[in-house]
Order: sequence, then structure tokens, then C-alpha cells
Amino acid sequence: MAGELPGLPTLQGDAATRPGQNTWVAAIVRWLFITLSLAFVAALLIAPLATVFATALARGFEAYLVSFADPDTLAAIRLTLLTTAVVVPLNTVFGLAASWAIAKFEFRGKSVLITLIDLPLAISPVISGMVFVLLFGLHGWCGAWLQRHDLNIVFALPGIMLATMFVTFPYVARELIPLMQQLGNDEEEAAITLGAGGWMTFFRVTLPKIRWGLLYGVILCNARAMGEFGAVSVVSGHIRGLTDTMPLQIEILYNEYNFVGAFAVASLLTLLAGVTLVVKNLVERARAAQGA
Amino acid sequence: MSFRKPSVLPGFGLTFGFTTFFLSAIVLLPLAALVLAAASMHWSEFVAVVSSPRALGSYRLSFGASALAATINMVFGFIIAWTLVRYEFPGRKLLDALIDMPFALPTAVSGIALTTVFARHGWIGRYLEPLGIEVAYTWLGVTLALTLISMPFAVRTLQPALLEVQRDLEDAAETLGAGRFYAFRRIILPTVLPALLTGFTLSFARAVGEYGSVIFIAGNLPMKTEITPLLIVIHLEQFDYRGAAALGVVMLAMSFLGLLTINLLQAWNRRRQVQAAH
Repeated sequence: MAGELPGLPTLQGDAATRPGQNTWVAAIVRWLFITLSLAFVAALLIAPLATVFATALARGFEAYLVSFADPDTLAAIRLTLLTTAVVVPLNTVFGLAASWAIAKFEFRGKSVLITLIDLPLAISPVISGMVFVLLFGLHGWCGAWLQRHDLNIVFALPGIMLATMFVTFPYVARELIPLMQQLGNDEEEAAITLGAGGWMTFFRVTLPKIRWGLLYGVILCNARAMGEFGAVSVVSGHIRGLTDTMPLQIEILYNEYNFVGAFAVASLLTLLAGVTLVVKNLVERARAAQGA
Repeated sequence: MSFRKPSVLPGFGLTFGFTTFFLSAIVLLPLAALVLAAASMHWSEFVAVVSSPRALGSYRLSFGASALAATINMVFGFIIAWTLVRYEFPGRKLLDALIDMPFALPTAVSGIALTTVFARHGWIGRYLEPLGIEVAYTWLGVTLALTLISMPFAVRTLQPALLEVQRDLEDAAETLGAGRFYAFRRIILPTVLPALLTGFTLSFARAVGEYGSVIFIAGNLPMKTEITPLLIVIHLEQFDYRGAAALGVVMLAMSFLGLLTINLLQAWNRRRQVQAAH
């Protein structure tokens, strides 16, 4: 084990002094654990991920591209992009406000507030969608009033946006709160004492420090917003070409046995997930380099 | 004045006000509507909905498969976390990065992909079929989907806990003649026990509410392969809002129970660490 790490002399020396490190039992346990880990991940993660691309490209690259010419698929991609373009900026502003209030100040009930912000993570996506049907659906609390004024929220764009916002609500705040708490208030207090305004302090002192964490929070929020299925499925009403987002379009194509089409849309979302993971790793590296 | 400690920093009113307003409008008010909808039912009507045979069948599958998935994740989560923390091998970094994939991958994608792999003619399903193991469209498939989507919770909770295991103690135990298994049971297991239980609860809580990845691989047969979230959707599609709300409240209660358990476990862990420090 130690021999595989020529660049790390301290670890090598450390390992050499450990008892029982070079016995054959240790070698077998090591081999068994690595094999089991790889087998588990290969069966549950790598095989499904490879299937996405294998099925999408099963009839060749041309058929793959043609599946994006379908007007309903295009409409689904447009709807997903539009929803994300509204939801992610709103949740980003919320995340910044919440982390400033929570990390910079001491007040009563702070832990309750943090728990409430995290609440959507603990709730089934079906329930996240259902609450808006109960509020704005035809038989819901405001249903009759909305109908009189000819307003549609459920089975229309506003409902999809509300459900997506609910589900992705905590993501930016969750990244920023611990980061800002860890960074402390000293620099901000110095800036204010020296006469800088509140906004100037935020943009010139705080924002540069938290930009990597903010970026990751936004990317994660974006991935969840584009991929949300359960909550959006409940409020969308599945009107083809109108209220179907990308994940819902995947379901429709899949149930019609249009596997190339379904997996072609799925391949876009898989690539998005891949990009999200790459950004996560880059952010972690940047943070480690920054020492923050 | 006693609500918050004085500070030279500005912006508390603005950010706190915006946070509470947005939180109330998007999260708290809609959740209150759910509880009110269920509360407006007659008690007997509520009980009839939440204890109907079909509902009971769905709890059995949802809670049973989630508990099984969380247990599988405790075992494999430990093995994977141990492998990532203790061993160096080619591809370790890639394995580490891949663990987060179920977080980032949309559930509909993991649902159709898992079903395709484990279907009768799928890459893995074709080798299981001669053995008489049917995964797709059975409770086994439900468990598999729930295991996949809740796996990162177990690994990511166990990893930092394993890093904290004092290897000096392990070494001392071995030097003093303790067997590997004895050292594991007396030194490693007690240290990571809170993390194991937290990982189990987090996995379970995530799995119980899951919808997207399960409905593709489950057969969705009432009483057999129908999960509770799907039963809620069926009630909603029939415009039976009260029935859906009643089942929703049962699931919400389970979520709160899960959150409470996690908080208690973390408090227990903090107390243990404080004691260990003294």
C-alpha cells in the first residue's frame, strides 16, 4: 500500500510503522472492499449512465439529432429553460439575503429559521407539487376566485415555476450559510467602520470571498430546477407542447416506446448533471487553493 | 432589542424581512394549506382514507423498501466510505466524484435508465433472469431505485466520521494483540455509530418521499408495487383533494419524525464528542 505512494514520504513512513499493515489479511480486506465498492457503483451508476447514451445513439447519430427536431421536445426544452431562468435568479437572491441575515447577525429563533429553510429537502416532491394544487387548483382554496378572473396557475406556467421554486428553495442558502459563518464578520465590520456603505461592503468585500460557494449553489439549484420531476408532474397537467418540461417529456416519450427520443432528452440532462459535478470539483479545488 | 444582538453591520431589516416573507410565501403558506385541507376533514373520514387497504399496502412498500434501501446503504456506504478514506488506488478520485451523481441526476433519468438496465433483456437483467430474479416491475426494483437515489447520503455522512477514527487507538489495539474484528467492533464501530444512524435516517427520509425514479421501475400495481407518493398522485388525478391531503399529512408527519431523529442523533453525537474531549 505504501509503495504506491512514492510522492508522499510522510505517509509511507507512517504506514511502515503501523502494525498489521502488510499482512495478507489486510491485503484481502483491501482487495475485497475496493472490488465491492467498484461493483456497487458500476451496477447502480455507471451501467445506467452508459445505457442513457447507448440507447439514445442506438439508431445512429442522425436519429439522435432528429429526435430534437420534434416540436413537442423543443417546446419542453424551451419551457425548462424559461422556468429555470425565472426560478434560479429568485432563489439566488433569496439565498444571499438569507445567508446575510443568518450568518452576519445573532438573533432569537435562528435555528428554527434554518430548519424551516431546509424543510423542502425533507418533503416528498409529490407533496411539494400538491400544496399548490390545493391552493390554486379548480377545487382548491383560491380556485373559484382564480376562475372568475380567468387566471390559470395550476396546469400552467406559474404553477410549474412555483413548484420548481419550492423544491429548489434551500440550495443556494444551504451552500452560503455555513460558508459565511466560517468566514466571520471581521472584514465587513472593518469596511463599515472605515465608512463604506452596506451595498459597497457586500459587493467589494463579501461577494469576492463567497463567489465559489455561490457559484456551486447556483449550479446545483439550476440542475435540480431543470431536472425536477415529481413536483412539476403534479402541477403541470401534462399538456403536450405547452406544460411539459424536459423530465415530463422524457416520461411521455418513454411510455410511447420512443426510447431513442426519451433517452436523447435524458442524455442532455445527464450531461448537465456531469457538468454540475465537474463544477463542484473545480469549486472545491479553488476553495482549497484559496484556503477558505 | 433583546430579539437580536447589536451589530455594526447594516442590512438586517432588509435581508431578514425578505427571507421571512419569501419563506412564508413559497414554503410555509402552501404547507399550511395542506394541513388545513386535511384538518377540514371529519376524523372518521381521515382515518378511513389513511387506513384503507390500498393505503396500508402502499405504506408497507414505501416504508419497507425504504428501510431495506437504507440498510443496504449502511453496509455499502460503509464499504465505499472506508475504501475512499483508507485506500489509494487508480480511479479513487473518479469514484469519489461519482458518488454525488444521484444528487445531480434528474430522477426521471435514473428511473428510465435503471429500468432499462434491469429489465429482462437489459445489460444486467438478462443475467438475473435465468436465476429466477426479476428486478424490474417488482418490489426489488423499487428497493434498487431507492438505494441508488439515497446512496450519497450514507457515503457522505460516513466519510468525515471515518476520517476522525483515531488510528493510534487501532494501532494500539493491534499491538496489544486485539484481532482485526475485535478492534473494529470496539474502536471503529463506536466512533462511527452516530454517523451510521444519521446516514440511515437521511437515506430513509429521502427514499420514502421519492417518486420519479420509482414509478418507472415499479409495476405500479395497487397493493403490490404502488408507493404512497403514487397513491397521492392518483387521488389528485381523480380530483379527490381531501384524500390526497390526508395521505400527504401522513407522509409529512413521517418527514418531521425523520428530521427530529436526525437532530437528536446529531445532539447525541455532539455530547459524545464533548465527553471524549474531557
